[in-house]
Amino acid sequence: MGVSVDRLVAARVTAPRDPTPWIGVLGIVVLVAAQVYGVISSPPDRDMGHLQKIMYVHVPAAWNAMLAFLVVALASLRYLWKGRPADDLLAASAAEVGALLTGLTLALGMIWGKPTWGVWWTWEPRLTSTAVLFFMFVAYLILRSFVDDFERRAQWSAVVGLLGALNVPIVYMSVRWWRTLHQLQSSPMTLDSSYTWPLRVNAVAVMLLMAFAIVHRYRTAVTEYTADELADHAALRGEGNRV
Amino acid sequence: MSSTSRKAATLTIAGVIVAAAFGYMMFGGLESNVVYFLTPAELVARGEGVYDRAVRLGGQVAPGSVQWDANALDLKFRVREGTHEVVVHSKGAPPQMFRDGMGVVVEGKYVRAANGQSVFESKNLMIKHSEEYRAPKDGQMPQEMYKSLIKGVSS
Repeated sequence: MGVSVDRLVAARVTAPRDPTPWIGVLGIVVLVAAQVYGVISSPPDRDMGHLQKIMYVHVPAAWNAMLAFLVVALASLRYLWKGRPADDLLAASAAEVGALLTGLTLALGMIWGKPTWGVWWTWEPRLTSTAVLFFMFVAYLILRSFVDDFERRAQWSAVVGLLGALNVPIVYMSVRWWRTLHQLQSSPMTLDSSYTWPLRVNAVAVMLLMAFAIVHRYRTAVTEYTADELADHAALRGEGNRV
Repeated sequence: MSSTSRKAATLTIAGVIVAAAFGYMMFGGLESNVVYFLTPAELVARGEGVYDRAVRLGGQVAPGSVQWDANALDLKFRVREGTHEVVVHSKGAPPQMFRDGMGVVVEGKYVRAANGQSVFESKNLMIKHSEEYRAPKDGQMPQEMYKSLIKGVSS
């Protein structure tokens, strides 16, 4: 793995000024603006009144969780195919952010469900499959913290990550395949135009924040990995454990 | 067998298992075995076996069927799906979005009432609203329908 370490170090040394934090700053600015826009511009829904506005956080969290798991799936597949450490680290970073967003989706959904449906939780297919998705990625993260050998950890993670990501289409289609309490996906046809734009802008804001979190986490993981590799090389050359 | 081809074989087997599990979930008839709720027609079709057992019933609140006693917090309505209806009885105030024509899922038991008519005794009344989100029309206040319905029809 010597070559890849050298390349990683070189990449860090030659990297231009890092624009990542600005994605995060932009994400926060857009999110605040989008929330204000949503609260001010959208009229209360005829049935649920102002509770409709929970849509502007619940749905962006759900959409972006699915996107994050798509990144997990692609990076995991490429790791199994090419065996590049960077792909494993990217998958792990996206899995962390995806798990966080899924947890948020569940929590916000419960907060929305209580006043509208009348219950915090019920074991219906959409909720259950989402909970399974969440716990699979919690398990993925626990698995990673228990395996020390990099290659073994990466291979097992890639398989679990792919299995977990396979849940995403099941979660998405659950409201069409089975009888649920959760309603079908809304579309611009079933959503008044006063709701569609705030929803879209909020989704973009959360997407920016997600991109920031994944890239930042990935950078950190690469740095950690590089430091570990350098320490190993130093140890092999008999320079002791000066980490 | 070299280590790469063994790895490929393992991956292929894992892939087949995953695809089979996925296919089973999609087409394996989960719907006919495990349903979240029964429709009124399905509930009645189960005959004797369905009485006094915890089940969920889902459908639409039949328009005009709501009887609400505000003093006793006693609610009666019919759940409809197609041409089939089941009488539901529930205690306590329903969720805010409860109204004529709304989708509901009720948890409880189908029991024979004293007068021989069967009633679904609800322990938990849940709203199943649609994927439509609409601003109220001119002159219509959100949730006003709920208030007028619940306050107005006390028997």
